[in-house]
Amino acid sequence: MSETSKTVAELAAGLKAGEYSSEELTRDRLARIRGAGAELNAFVTVTDEQALAAARAADQRRQAGGAGPLTGVPMAHKDIFCTRGVRTSCGSRMLDNFEAPYDAHVVERFNDAGLVCLGKTNMDEFAMGSSNETSFYGPVKNPWDTAAVPGGSSGGSAAAVAAGLVPAATGTDTGGSIRQPAALCGITGLKPTYGRVSRYGMIAFASSLDQGGPMARTAEDCALLLEGMAGFDARDSTSVESPVPRYSEALNGDLTGLKVGLPKEYFGEGLDGDVARVIDEAIAEYRKLGVEFREISLANTELAVPAYYVIAPAECSSNLSRFDGVRFGYRCDAPQDLEDLYKRSRGEGFGPEVKRRIMVGTYALSAGYFDAYYLKAQKMRRLIKDDFMSAFDEVDLILGPTSPTVAFNIGERADDPVKMYLSDIYTIAVNLAGLPGISVPAGFSAGRPVGLQLIGNYFDEGRLLNAAHRYQQVTDWHTRAPEAFA
Amino acid sequence: MEWETVIGLEIHAQLATRSKIFSGASTAYGAEPNTQACAVDLGLPGVLPVLNKGAVKMAVKLGLATGCTVAPRSVFARKNYFYPDLPKGYQISQYELPIVHDGELHIELEDGTTKRIGVTRAHLEEDAGKSLHEGFEGVTGIDLNRAGTPLLEIVSEPDIRSSEEAVAYMKKLHSLVRYLGICDGNMQEGSFRCDANVSVRPRGSTEFGTRAEIKNVNSFRFVQQAIDHEVERQIDLIESGGEVVQETRLFDAVKGETRSMRTKEEANDYRYFPDPDLLPLEVDDALVDEARSELPELPDAKKQRFVEQYGLSAYDASVLTASRELADYFEAVADAAGGEGKLAANWVMGELSGALNKAGLDITESPVTPAILGGMLQRITDETISGKIAKQVFEAMWNGEGDADTVIEAHGLKQVTDTGAIEAMIDEVIAANPDQVAQYKGGKDKLLGFFVGQVMKASRGKANPGQVNDLLKKKLDG
Repeated sequence: MSETSKTVAELAAGLKAGEYSSEELTRDRLARIRGAGAELNAFVTVTDEQALAAARAADQRRQAGGAGPLTGVPMAHKDIFCTRGVRTSCGSRMLDNFEAPYDAHVVERFNDAGLVCLGKTNMDEFAMGSSNETSFYGPVKNPWDTAAVPGGSSGGSAAAVAAGLVPAATGTDTGGSIRQPAALCGITGLKPTYGRVSRYGMIAFASSLDQGGPMARTAEDCALLLEGMAGFDARDSTSVESPVPRYSEALNGDLTGLKVGLPKEYFGEGLDGDVARVIDEAIAEYRKLGVEFREISLANTELAVPAYYVIAPAECSSNLSRFDGVRFGYRCDAPQDLEDLYKRSRGEGFGPEVKRRIMVGTYALSAGYFDAYYLKAQKMRRLIKDDFMSAFDEVDLILGPTSPTVAFNIGERADDPVKMYLSDIYTIAVNLAGLPGISVPAGFSAGRPVGLQLIGNYFDEGRLLNAAHRYQQVTDWHTRAPEAFA
Repeated sequence: MEWETVIGLEIHAQLATRSKIFSGASTAYGAEPNTQACAVDLGLPGVLPVLNKGAVKMAVKLGLATGCTVAPRSVFARKNYFYPDLPKGYQISQYELPIVHDGELHIELEDGTTKRIGVTRAHLEEDAGKSLHEGFEGVTGIDLNRAGTPLLEIVSEPDIRSSEEAVAYMKKLHSLVRYLGICDGNMQEGSFRCDANVSVRPRGSTEFGTRAEIKNVNSFRFVQQAIDHEVERQIDLIESGGEVVQETRLFDAVKGETRSMRTKEEANDYRYFPDPDLLPLEVDDALVDEARSELPELPDAKKQRFVEQYGLSAYDASVLTASRELADYFEAVADAAGGEGKLAANWVMGELSGALNKAGLDITESPVTPAILGGMLQRITDETISGKIAKQVFEAMWNGEGDADTVIEAHGLKQVTDTGAIEAMIDEVIAANPDQVAQYKGGKDKLLGFFVGQVMKASRGKANPGQVNDLLKKKLDG
């Protein structure tokens, strides 16, 4: 039990076999969060009491014979998912005092399955960032090297899993916010097809791009968790009504003859040499498994970052208008009048990156600029999607690096937004197209993890998980744990 | 110079759905502040809008009833602006692609002719909450019960040329939405309100003048007053060398005038864009067919039928079809009166309407039911009572004394048709008025009326007036 690198599947088996109770397991992981894990700053809120109550309930459920496959397994939610009775801060001063009167769809599903939530993980403010440095609660540290960032925006979730504080956590991915921190922290993270997981109760950054997904050590765990998260929800109009396959039962499919595309645009300028080497090695492993590779072109790749940095800010500028100091959240002291209330509540409640994006988005939607920015970006989005569709006529999956570099140091890119935005150059296009993508640990560069990204066609999460799982059966990168947290 | 007024109206009709357009909260009016606002209406983070299908069908019905094209695909957009009664900081509204467009409405003018007013479009949107200024010291209260209430904004072409036409259009639409059952039409509660775009131009000019938009006028009378005042203001302004500026104005009902609220320069940049939380709205043929099959007989068709079936004048038919309730009442009376449509129309529009007006009651609140009124009309037709006595019977029925037969019996109002009895009364009158008899015989024919009156008086109104006339003539002339 003290082996913190244990996976969800292993812990579920241990609970089933009665090797330990959920309460014992929960106490152990809570102690770890408070102990060795504390320096990572991975959690905004730790919910000891609720967690222990949930663990005891899970144990009772098991005794009564009503346990499901994941009952009693501890986990954590990114602090963007609303949790009834527990603060949901979204990493912002704006919501430092906010307690939602409802559970997000994903939270509800995991509660019903008997998973035990230990707390809410740290994140970039309103999920805007690639390094977890924009959080009101301070930066999260990378367990592999505490001088490094864990990536973002789901950096708290990634760090918590990598350090074994929890075997799994939820994340959200708008432009790479699950996959990039998974890569930088050496864990597995899946961004499902847009519409696969309900967005109900997930605080919106950019509604047409946001998608929740699992972060864990292995593809197998991600499969188990996705089975619990996915499915139609009438409360989200963009949720898709299509049956959820048993992902965990299709992990072992033979990869012989699987056609995988290597987009030449993902291996060009800007890609770190060491990262490229690691990806080449992964390709060699896959060849041994019978995978056939071919070079493809995603010709409009260079449009992804500019299109994204119009569309995402445009949507966020509107989505974040509700934070006005009137009904909930941060309100400035002694407002003089309405305008003062708005200006100071928002000026003091939001951090600089959030303000930057609200301003960019407001500008892009303004009269006279709308066609040149927003409409143009939507056209670019269509071209990017068309590139993927043509590619999937030829190949089953697409493979490349998740991020052009390994984790950078805290503070290193904080003053250079454009350089920061380029961290997501390989992940952003996937969100613009609404496709599923997964990041899998594939090696190291100077002691920092490198992530391999697989991109699938719509609702082809099963194939992604299958390909990731087979790779993890012949490699051990996903079993590595940072020494300080082993 | 002679001026021509150009008016276009935007009518906001609150749709009569039980729940809100994007949430499950109730739309009932008059609840305690903020008791009918759920997480979606409050704009709490993470919650999402889900479209109310009932509102969609209602919009389709309005579209069909005004000859609009129903868009197979329409889009909800966000209209972004900050205001405390707008919880999300944006209003969800259809912008570029409305659900129905390009229809028409025909209004009747004073001279009896009809005029076509184009309906540009009607689109679905959510209402905002209300700011409450009364009862608070130094702060403003916010009531979000109304936030998210479904509205259909019906936009006319600038085809309206006078405040009278504007009122006629508004009344026609008001009647239509109530016929369709998609809006309760309650103007005091704001369920049916109007923004008027008003401009003037030299008569004969084909270009439009600069317009002012008068916001949120919620009665027919106010619309007329607001437009009249605004037209006068604009003409005065231009004639004194000034210029009309494009602006939004408010109507002050107490002073009967409009005043500036904000100019074009102060207007918000709403930054419309498609709402990513809602998929484009698709309306298929099945829904259109379903809506069509549920349409009631519409006012114009009903009016035409009243003319043909009951032989009513076009004017009477249009008065009686002004509201579905009145038309239904009239038809029930005509039915109970054995199909005597004209008689029924006279009574409904005359005696009954007068009594209702006096009592401040609506047709649906009439103490006299259609069956009772129709029953009395039968007693007129079969000559049990005269039209004059009927007024007495009606009054008794209004006061709750029962149906016509009961009243006639209780008050002994049955018409006297017995020739002998009438002759006896005539003999008495002749005997009592020898001077007048002499004058009559001397050639003063007009005195016949005097004798009829005296006999009717003697019978306390119950003698059959026709018989009295005939018998008197016979006696006096004979």
